[in-house]
Amino acid sequence: MNAKLGLPEERIDRCRRFAARVANGVQHETEPFTTVSTERTVLRLLGVDGVDENEAPWPNRVVDALREADRLSRGAAVWLGSALAAGACDVDEAARRLSSPAEARTLSEHPRWREVLAPIVRSTLARISANRSERERRLASHPPDELPLLYAIVATGNIHEDVVQAEAAARAGAQCIAVIRSTAQSLLDHVPYGATTSGFGGTFATQENFRLMRAALDRIEPEIGRYVRLVNYCSGLCMPEIAAMGALERLDMMLNDALYGIIFRDINPFRTLIDQNFSRRINATAGVVINTGEDNYLTTADAVEQAPAVLASQFINERLALDAGLERWQIGLGHAFEIDPTLEDGLLFEIAQAQAAREIFPGAPLKYMPPTKHMTGNVFRGYQQNALFVLTSVATGQSIHLLGMLTEALHTPLLSDRWLAIDQARMIRANARHLDEEMLFRPNGRIVRRAHAVLEDAEKLLQRIAGEGLFEALAAGAFADTRRPREGGRGRDGVLRRHPEYSNPFREAWDREPAGAPS
Amino acid sequence: MSSRPRDLSRVKPYGDKWNDGVVQVSFTLPLPRSGVAVEAAKRYAAKMGIRDPYVTVSEPVGPEFTFFIVYGKATHEVDATAISAEELSGTSLGREEIDDAIAKRFGRRLVVLGCALESDAHTVGIDAIFNPKGFAGDYGLERYHGFDARNLGAQVPVGRLVRLARESKADAILVSATVTQNEIHIRHLTDLVDMLEAEGLRDRVVLVAGGARLDHPLAKELGYDAGFGPGTTPRLVAAFLLEEILRRREEARPA
Repeated sequence: MNAKLGLPEERIDRCRRFAARVANGVQHETEPFTTVSTERTVLRLLGVDGVDENEAPWPNRVVDALREADRLSRGAAVWLGSALAAGACDVDEAARRLSSPAEARTLSEHPRWREVLAPIVRSTLARISANRSERERRLASHPPDELPLLYAIVATGNIHEDVVQAEAAARAGAQCIAVIRSTAQSLLDHVPYGATTSGFGGTFATQENFRLMRAALDRIEPEIGRYVRLVNYCSGLCMPEIAAMGALERLDMMLNDALYGIIFRDINPFRTLIDQNFSRRINATAGVVINTGEDNYLTTADAVEQAPAVLASQFINERLALDAGLERWQIGLGHAFEIDPTLEDGLLFEIAQAQAAREIFPGAPLKYMPPTKHMTGNVFRGYQQNALFVLTSVATGQSIHLLGMLTEALHTPLLSDRWLAIDQARMIRANARHLDEEMLFRPNGRIVRRAHAVLEDAEKLLQRIAGEGLFEALAAGAFADTRRPREGGRGRDGVLRRHPEYSNPFREAWDREPAGAPS
Repeated sequence: MSSRPRDLSRVKPYGDKWNDGVVQVSFTLPLPRSGVAVEAAKRYAAKMGIRDPYVTVSEPVGPEFTFFIVYGKATHEVDATAISAEELSGTSLGREEIDDAIAKRFGRRLVVLGCALESDAHTVGIDAIFNPKGFAGDYGLERYHGFDARNLGAQVPVGRLVRLARESKADAILVSATVTQNEIHIRHLTDLVDMLEAEGLRDRVVLVAGGARLDHPLAKELGYDAGFGPGTTPRLVAAFLLEEILRRREEARPA
């Protein structure tokens, strides 16, 4: 791809160095800690699943009991392994034993716990690796996907109804299907279990729901001659658990932002940054493409003013993702088409931002989000806004295109809303196919000047954040005008200092053999 | 213009002629596209009171559904002369004038709480009214000197909101309702009214609802003092709060 904006390489390099300083600071501060959600994830990866008679998931029961017994800081794996080595016949029985605080307190560390866990760790890693190979095999059996990938959301609350809507969307041309979560789920400190049929504004992310939707999309693959990517939301208080479930059920993409939960869900910064690292390690191994959430800055505050913050956050998200073992092709940096459509030359600013992201992150499958903030309920005007959005997406080589709904701000999309969006995007994508190749920007013209100015301001912001550290910057309201103090927010009490002999067998396996290495 | 007086007791949609009744509707039927489906769409439109339905689009949405756009002539009429709808007065007061009026008339800042309730995670609406940047070039309540505006964000439990209203001696509560699955927003909105009444707080706060699917009559029906639909600027809300809080104070004064 040709660089059209003439953005100075040195400045981009400086931005990356500042981002590396930010990420190093985070790593330094968070390394001595683990979280309840990270430990529950380890248990899930070791095969602990299901719920008790009160619908409490066994991973929560075990982690809570270990916490109460003051033993969680060693890592949940140590005790599951010890319970197995001490005679529990399987993982289920070991988990049930450990869920009693009395048992959790009296169980002694078994010298053979590592040995007993090793085959389970190997088998989980093999399952994840097999899922990754299966995805690659299926993708390779079809012609290459047309870009940008068209990404549709289903959100009926009922997984079985979601399947109907997802199949309809996939047949109409959707290449990615995201099952949006029930709106309260990001704040739940456990993952619900089983197939679910009622949710608010979306459908609960459960491992069984993942499996049902994966099976449905695989089923229509021969009919439509395409592999349909399945997307879910790896964020909130259970971020790494969702990553584990997705890795086990062959999800292909995960919304997985390092800062989103902190800023927009008021989840404790420590908790989020620890969990993002483990969740991203899992996604790295699973070959999942993550989508970051910078679009949210634009819906909350003014899109023209927030442009540098979006770019700065993309640099930070990129660095944190690389540090967690993700490769560049897996890092779907996010942004959005959210400038007020009545603003003179607003479209030029959108093009500048989208093109700048394309040139600064050439290897990243950029995730482009549709207008929402300035959708008014006038569906005819909304359809035009979405057309401009698709055209910008195609003209700047975006990779993952979330379809805008003409009824945005009115209701969860109707079947026909989604069909109209796909029809529109397919038409414009074909109609403007090579516009990207043909179009150059006037040197020192409005688009070029805007892109340079945004990059300059992003550098200043990154310099500031690198200087004070990410936690201080978050507390001072560096992103989306929102202040998030280090000790504040939800889930703070789920962070605990690791014991000097802490163990997480999956992290250890990935540290020995970096994620993404050919299997 | 036509010289004929128009009978507002018999109003129909206006396409390009008085009372031609022309409407456009779009819908999806759970039928594969076929002659049967198109005929079903026409008959359905007829049952909606549309005469001479003309199916301009019938597109298959997968093998099991067909999307239709239908034009036709509506047969029903309404009597507009028999309708009385309460409307909010549009205000001409600007931000500085509102701030000045609050300073003069109250001598303190009016406490305003805002949020989205329970499962509603959308902050777009409440942010548009509260954030300093505001909406459509109009500054938000946090920019006003006259308001102690506290944006509590999304997913605020009704119980917590009521407790905060009591603790902060709130003058007004603004609730934004965006997610509308199975009309869940209605339930949360009425829960709030019920709890404020149970706690004896309802008369002490001005209660306002806003959102894409809300309007003033619906909000009144739900027990709110006002409802604001899409496109509402912060200044309109600010002026309403000033007027309504003043009005209540006047009413409360012994004559």
